[in-house]
Amino acid sequence: MNGAQDLGGAHGFGPVRPEPNEPVFHAEWEKRVFAMALAIGFTGAWNLDGSRAARESLPPAQYLASSYYDIWLEALEAQILANGLATREEMATGRAAEPPRPLARVLTADILEPRFRAGFPSDRDPEGPARFAIGETVVAKVMNPVGHTRLPRYVRGRRGVVEAIHGAFVFPDTNAYKQGENPAWLYTVAFAASELWGPEADPAGRITIAAFEPYFDPA
Amino acid sequence: MTHDHHHHDHDHPHGSDLTAVEARVRALESLLVEKGYVQPAALDALVEMYETKVGPHLGARVVARAWTDPAYRDRLLKDATPTIAELGIGGRGGEHMVVVENTPEVHNMVVCTLCSCYPWPVLGLPPIWYKAPAYRARAVIDPRGVLSDFGVGLPETTRITVWDSTAETRFMVLPMRPAGTEGFSEEALAALVTRDAMIGTGLPLSPGAEIRP
Repeated sequence: MNGAQDLGGAHGFGPVRPEPNEPVFHAEWEKRVFAMALAIGFTGAWNLDGSRAARESLPPAQYLASSYYDIWLEALEAQILANGLATREEMATGRAAEPPRPLARVLTADILEPRFRAGFPSDRDPEGPARFAIGETVVAKVMNPVGHTRLPRYVRGRRGVVEAIHGAFVFPDTNAYKQGENPAWLYTVAFAASELWGPEADPAGRITIAAFEPYFDPA
Repeated sequence: MTHDHHHHDHDHPHGSDLTAVEARVRALESLLVEKGYVQPAALDALVEMYETKVGPHLGARVVARAWTDPAYRDRLLKDATPTIAELGIGGRGGEHMVVVENTPEVHNMVVCTLCSCYPWPVLGLPPIWYKAPAYRARAVIDPRGVLSDFGVGLPETTRITVWDSTAETRFMVLPMRPAGTEGFSEEALAALVTRDAMIGTGLPLSPGAEIRP
């Protein structure tokens, strides 16, 4: 979606301000939001693409005015509601008024490290051969889906070159809405800075994205 | 913060000293625990894991190994995930690692313009600036300007490649080994590898310098 999250190339945000000796978290509540989001994500009630979709669905003014974990908290509550895990009233009171919904699994402290160390790979068996070859020039589609996508606006309609083929991966645009993993070939596609930003761009600059086959047409 | 939901008692409300967001988060946790969706001990363990165990010291070990072992470096650049796993490092947020090497000709910089994708197993959780709009907006259109915000100036002849983390591939930069480190142990080398050097917004420390991000 063309939401506030799609920030590449935007102006006016000022300089980057690194924080010396930055702590991992800046408040106790941030720790709990982080951990709750990961733990409930583990249950399979939704998936990571769905979480990203929920976060970027915040109204743009709110998204840009919110801290990172504020956004996580808003999205977490929205996903809990949307998936029927709790009601708004229950979240307001902090007390259960209805029985829980059954979940596939619950994260326990004893399985955390081995399970997270193993990871949650998102590569899948391909459903057919890759359409594009390394070295091939492709054009990013001009598309403006109202739902989740991982093709940033700043490359749409631009020509790039396939630099790597990573295999087939879960397709976020459908997986976010539990409409299927629909494994799609994932490529590294490199764009000249001048192709994206015009003649004033660094002439030797390059920007690469990792992007899915359905996002591209042959040049 | 207490995690015992049995203390959720209307005779002892959670107190006026809590900010609105603190009260909201505490209510949410109480509810999720009561429903059985999350376990407080697992939440505590998650926080501890990412506060104390997983962090850029792990990525620094990978870089130091690559600097001292050419065969390891070659494997790392070719197939990063299993090569990083050789050191017992890997997992959530780093299932599909790609390592890109800085050279005198090419400097690499990593961003996630769409959210906050970051190679957790080697760098830990991202710093605020990495997740904030200023970096996400500008890294792809003005990487030299961003580097100057970090006090990094590169020769005009060095080409910059920016890696936008738009899928589940996660990128780590293999910086150039600093001069004057001949004969250094892997441990001594790792101490020179900053988090920012592995994102591409910084350079490794010179021998004798203090540790920085």
